[in-house]
Amino acid sequence: MKYFLLNVLKTIPVLLLITLIVFVLVRVTGDPVSMMLPETATDEERESLKEALGFNEPLPVQYMKYLGDLVKGDFGESFRYDMDALDLVLERLPATFQLAIASMIVAIIISVPLGILSAVKRNSFMDLFITGGAVLGKAMPSFWLGIMLILMFAVNLQLFPVSGKGGLMHLILPAITLGTGIAAEMTRLIRSSMLEILGQDFIRTARSKGLRESIVVNKHAFRNALIPVVTIMALQTSTLIGGTLITETVFAWPGLGQLLVQAVNLRDMSVVQAATLLIAVFVILSNLIADLIYRLLDPRIKYD
Amino acid sequence: MTTTLETSQSSLNRKKKGRFKSLFFRLLKSKTGFVGLIIVLAMTIMAILAPYLAMYDPAKTNIMSRLLPPFWLEGGTMEHPLGTDNLGRDVLSRIIYGSRISLLVGISAVILAGIIGMFFGLIAGYYGKLWDFIIMRTVDSFLAIPNILFMLIILAVLGPSVPTLILVLGGTSWVVYARMVRSETLSVKERDYVRSARAIGAKNFRIIAKYVLPNVISSFIVIATLNVASTIILEASLSFLGLGIQSPDVSWGLMLSDGREYLATSWWVATFPGIAITVTVLGVIFLGDWLRDVLDPKIKD
Repeated sequence: MKYFLLNVLKTIPVLLLITLIVFVLVRVTGDPVSMMLPETATDEERESLKEALGFNEPLPVQYMKYLGDLVKGDFGESFRYDMDALDLVLERLPATFQLAIASMIVAIIISVPLGILSAVKRNSFMDLFITGGAVLGKAMPSFWLGIMLILMFAVNLQLFPVSGKGGLMHLILPAITLGTGIAAEMTRLIRSSMLEILGQDFIRTARSKGLRESIVVNKHAFRNALIPVVTIMALQTSTLIGGTLITETVFAWPGLGQLLVQAVNLRDMSVVQAATLLIAVFVILSNLIADLIYRLLDPRIKYD
Repeated sequence: MTTTLETSQSSLNRKKKGRFKSLFFRLLKSKTGFVGLIIVLAMTIMAILAPYLAMYDPAKTNIMSRLLPPFWLEGGTMEHPLGTDNLGRDVLSRIIYGSRISLLVGISAVILAGIIGMFFGLIAGYYGKLWDFIIMRTVDSFLAIPNILFMLIILAVLGPSVPTLILVLGGTSWVVYARMVRSETLSVKERDYVRSARAIGAKNFRIIAKYVLPNVISSFIVIATLNVASTIILEASLSFLGLGIQSPDVSWGLMLSDGREYLATSWWVATFPGIAITVTVLGVIFLGDWLRDVLDPKIKD
């Protein structure tokens, strides 16, 4: 527990650094005033807006004020949607969660049987086929896979809608797009983790007791092989959210990722910073939880 | 004295040559590694010889011949083997030229990230204490922001161009190297030969250059190679999202985003650049996996 608390304390400077990075990106580089005003604005108008927004004060003062606003939960207004940036971000969050969970389900359905199979039938033709498929899944850019799925199943076969959000049918293609990359990574992980476990003494003991092979593999080996897999996957939260950015854009899925890409293109910086900070906090939290779960599941790990 | 020195020097050279030779033979033996090498070499040659290989100027539009299909479909001819896009540009020529951007951006960004990451990783691992704390917390904060989002924001602020893209890709992905170099440095630092070097008064710089660096370099090369693969995908993704390579420059990601709008009628415009990306990335991954097996058996995936 002491170790865990220490890790929680370590996140404080990280959070501060992230606010500094976002502050530098959004406020210092580029000219926020020129993005808010029409191009015909006079120099006087620019100057008065700068003064009103506090851009003429020294940078450290601006940063402290900015931190004060963040603590109060004030991320500014979206000039594109004319509403509170944080509200806008929170409004889009459920759609992204829906997509992320659906793609994790797709990834698990694909990778668990394939990962176990390729470890059990190591060096067989089947193993070669599965590991080859996993490398291919990693090499394919997800946005291209998404476009190809649309071409095959939405345009040609017309089984699924091309884009947008609706019922379950709208969710399937985006979930496969995002899930395939995760599945590729997970299959490799499950395979190597299973291979390690299958070579250990307690597996030989279980076999020598005369247990059926399916029980040895599914109950004894797989459960133990899962521990590192769960942890490493939980550490991929940042990658998963990065993936939703692209998948949501391809399928016009109205989540946080699509909002972010649009906001970046429109230079709607309040939205960008609210979403970025929220994502960063979420990633840090999930890393902490992953660490905690790992330690709970596997008490052999030392608290160094 | 000099003769012994020379003999030992030449035997060392012979050993080095032998090592290189055996590396090459092991590459031939590893089928995927060999395939990877062939793909990467082919892509490099394609990038260098693009003006001689391509039949058309990749940016030249021709309204008369827009959206022509590839040669094996009805209406397609060998004049445009992979068809043309919505502006009548030759898809094959654009794919050939696209390899230039992919490799240029992929390799330069990895070199830049590697140099930055190596520098900070060595400092954090070797000097420790406050340096370590500051650098590693910075690494943590970079890791908490999804890298594609990070890059999008910077590109939106600075404006997209090829040099900016390289700077952004390199400047945000150095953290992986910093982490790896730091942990390797930490373990090398405590070994006996480093301790004795320090005991006889070797300077820090000398210790880092002579003892730490050679121990770190092989894992570094493996990770850098595999990162070329992910950087190529990232460049394509950024160009696809509209903040990477801009027309009239040619990028596979940009071609994909053009082709997406004509998917219903002209599938080939979006399909071929995707195949080009996948094949190139596969080649780099194969080569990187092989390098890992040979240079650094202790890293696992």
